[in-house]
Amino acid sequence: MLNPLPTLLPIDALLIAACAWLAVGLAGLVAPRRFIGKFLFSVGALIGFSVGVTALCFLGQPAETAVLAIGLPTLPFHLRLDSLTAVFALLLGLASVGISVYSAGYFRSGEGAAPGLLCFEYHVFLASMLMVLLADDAYAFMVAWEGMALSSFFLVTTNHRDEEIRRAGYLYLLIAHIGAISILLSFGVMTGGAGDYTFAGMRAQQLSPFWASCAFLLALFGFGAKAGLVPVHVWLPEAHPAAPSPVSAMMSGVMLKTAIYGLLRVSFDLLGSPLWWWGVTAMAVGLVTALFGVLYATVQNDMKRLLAYSSIENIGLLAVGIGLAMIFHAFRMEALAALAMTAVLYHCLAHAGFKSLLFLCTGSVLHATGERSLSRLGGLIHRMPWVAWLALAGVISGAGLPPLSGFVSEWLLLQAFLFSPGLPHSWLNMAVPVAAALVALVAALAGFAMVKFFGIIFLGQMRDPALKDAHDAGPWEKAGLVWLTGLTVLLGVMPSTVISAIDAATRQMLGAGLADKVSEHGWWMLAPISPDRASYEPLIFLATIAAVLLLGRWLVVRLYHGRLRRTTPWDCGYVFGGPRAQDTAEGFSQPIRRIFEPMFRMEFRLPSIRDAAPRYGVKVEDHFWHWLYLPLARLVGWISTLVTTLQGGRIAIYLLYSFLTLIVLLLVARP
Amino acid sequence: MTGILGQLFAIVLALILAPLLTGWVNQCRAWFQNRTAPPLRQQYYMLHKLFHKDVVLAHGASPLFRFAPFLVFGCMVLACGIIPSLSTDLPFAPAADVIALVGVFGLARVFISLAAMDIGTSFGSLGGRREMLVGFLAEPALLMVIFTVAMIAQSTSMTTIVETLAHKEYVIYPSLAFAGIAFTFVSFAENARVPVDNPATHLELTMIHEAMILEYSGRHLALIEWASSLKLYAYSCLGLALFFPWGIAERDNLMALVAAIPLLVFKLAIGGFLLALIETINAKVRIFRVPEFLGTAFLLAVLGLLVRLLLEVRA
Repeated sequence: MLNPLPTLLPIDALLIAACAWLAVGLAGLVAPRRFIGKFLFSVGALIGFSVGVTALCFLGQPAETAVLAIGLPTLPFHLRLDSLTAVFALLLGLASVGISVYSAGYFRSGEGAAPGLLCFEYHVFLASMLMVLLADDAYAFMVAWEGMALSSFFLVTTNHRDEEIRRAGYLYLLIAHIGAISILLSFGVMTGGAGDYTFAGMRAQQLSPFWASCAFLLALFGFGAKAGLVPVHVWLPEAHPAAPSPVSAMMSGVMLKTAIYGLLRVSFDLLGSPLWWWGVTAMAVGLVTALFGVLYATVQNDMKRLLAYSSIENIGLLAVGIGLAMIFHAFRMEALAALAMTAVLYHCLAHAGFKSLLFLCTGSVLHATGERSLSRLGGLIHRMPWVAWLALAGVISGAGLPPLSGFVSEWLLLQAFLFSPGLPHSWLNMAVPVAAALVALVAALAGFAMVKFFGIIFLGQMRDPALKDAHDAGPWEKAGLVWLTGLTVLLGVMPSTVISAIDAATRQMLGAGLADKVSEHGWWMLAPISPDRASYEPLIFLATIAAVLLLGRWLVVRLYHGRLRRTTPWDCGYVFGGPRAQDTAEGFSQPIRRIFEPMFRMEFRLPSIRDAAPRYGVKVEDHFWHWLYLPLARLVGWISTLVTTLQGGRIAIYLLYSFLTLIVLLLVARP
Repeated sequence: MTGILGQLFAIVLALILAPLLTGWVNQCRAWFQNRTAPPLRQQYYMLHKLFHKDVVLAHGASPLFRFAPFLVFGCMVLACGIIPSLSTDLPFAPAADVIALVGVFGLARVFISLAAMDIGTSFGSLGGRREMLVGFLAEPALLMVIFTVAMIAQSTSMTTIVETLAHKEYVIYPSLAFAGIAFTFVSFAENARVPVDNPATHLELTMIHEAMILEYSGRHLALIEWASSLKLYAYSCLGLALFFPWGIAERDNLMALVAAIPLLVFKLAIGGFLLALIETINAKVRIFRVPEFLGTAFLLAVLGLLVRLLLEVRA
């Protein structure tokens, strides 16, 4: 691999990029307003591109470290760039190019916070995510992690005048901090009391299985809170719709992956080799999360909430893959572990591409129509063809269909499941295929959710006359969307190349990789084990369909004719058509609500028969609020009322407390 | 070179035989129902007629609506190309294994559902919604069936599965029985057949597939009809390849290839006959019983997988 900057180490290049992002952000605070939008964000995109290229060139090289002189007196910032970091830096860089270019056209003044402030927060967010990936000690990691949480909190609450958005931001901040405490405790456990907070020190610690498990569970909870694993997912469907669309894209596409990165770093690097039941735990949590996320995604009526729940589903699938990799790794089945881990890393990249793309598309729809509710959209493919067709690529990838990126990771994951028998635990042998069945169900339901998303927004008749004025995205926004679509297509059709590139990270974590097997058969073919066992050639796949499509069209027109007449829709002769006759978003998801009834908390509003203006309605809510969070909130309230009885508000009482404490101490602590 | 020729021959044969298979099923059904049967060639006449007609397109139709029939047709041709029906010597086969095959069917389903929602009529979106409902229930069951077979063959590649199953010494696999029943259930649902859907009705309470294609006409409708017979053909061949793989020619065996054609036609004829029989003696269930139907299929498929793991792997 050729280093693009021969005199500069890649880690320095990344560090400079982080500083450059900070500088761009600071420039946003002072620059005149007309520079901010297009100029500064495009500079940010260029930096993102250089981060991506640097990471790509670095992949596979030995790790580099650096020590920064800032930090605590005895604990300077340790930084380290290895292949695992590089894969996620690649993800961050490539996704940020598209999102930044899009943002250059998206943010305008008059919407909540001032553009300069937005530019600052946005670039701090980017820089801190990069620092999270580079950090090599707990202190630097937590500083960057908190920087990421705070900057994203301010970005979420851009429209802080809206009370709902403030509430969403508060919830996000709360759960982010509960998670951060958990991560901090996990690091604390991993130091083993040695007081060495560098990651190198943690790697050197030999923890007993009990303490290692404690560290893992704390990390799973902490990173799970950031990633959106059930039951700490509740912030996600609130915060994503509240944030401006490029921010949602960044949070969903990239920030959730930093949590996945953290989980991988802790369980495969810092803790050494995972125990098998950690994998079972991760897989179980992941399955619940995936199923929960996709079911709720199908019943949402707000386009961004739908995508947010779909992100929960994808994070669940990632956790399933991580769990599977842990199980295989614990039983020394390295080839299968590498397969599962490749599926995880691939899905991280794929999800960063297509989910950012879809969130940005909702941003364009939002700007064009001012409407987030699916029930008022429809037919936008006529007014916004660019956004619609690019969104279709995201939708196909999100539904896990060939030949785009989402399918490759799903395929790899299913292959890993399929070749699992031979695990030394018999009940584990039984449970793993059943888990595969659930993964298949989740994937199929994702298709349902994606068809709903695309069909209701872009197809059909316009449900609101105001949509007639909708306009397509601007040139900057289009460029950003095209970039992300390109990523989605590339990741879809060139799996072997991508796997060879990211293989260094798998190898670093597991000591085994897929690259040798994959590159044996040519770049167009993906055969992770051997071509006899399983193979997939997306390009030939795509070429065949395209060839039949074009040839078929040519032949039909040639042999017969290409005549076409336009008329009103037939609709079985039903003449009272019109926008209100088509399925609504609620109607579309009715079968799911009905089949999976116990999974939802639903409130119906059914008018009486004498109602002059009847309005039907259904409100679907998350069970976790009523089962977990509200009881928890009540418990906290109850405890705090108990505590308030101690505080009478009278000085005499407090003096009495002090006096009694003194007496007790004198009695107990005799010299 | 012979590989490519054989591959093209398999595809052309699929294109020709698929409408015939649909015609045969319709004919058997007519016999069972004591009706005068349409001629076997009826499907060809219909396709020919539809290709000749002008396309009458609704005003609100987007390019996606016109693009979808070709794409669905392309998906089905690809599916027929990678399922070994005559021989296992298929150069296209490595392009997609069985999991990708399920993906091909999924892609076609998503596009036809989206096209159904495109014009924005009441029936279209209803059909699209129901199709996706049937799809998300059928797809996991189909994947589980495939997993069972793939575990026996230790491969998800279609050709390897067929070669393994057809040329092992004859062993009875109980798991395959479960998988076979589940597969039958799934293929009824996926091909819009009677317990789930009724292809011969235009009644809004019952139709799924028909509701989606109401707005299609002319060449688009012809392609969709052809694609759905190709889908039936593909599913039949998939079932034959997974559960009755005898007589499928191996690589470089021209005689076996020649012998495989009549055998395939014979197997398809029996399959079509049984399909018509089952359709006749069953009633269409209402849409909210479909989850039960496909849930049974899913459970059977999972049972098959567990039987495979519990009973057969150790032996």
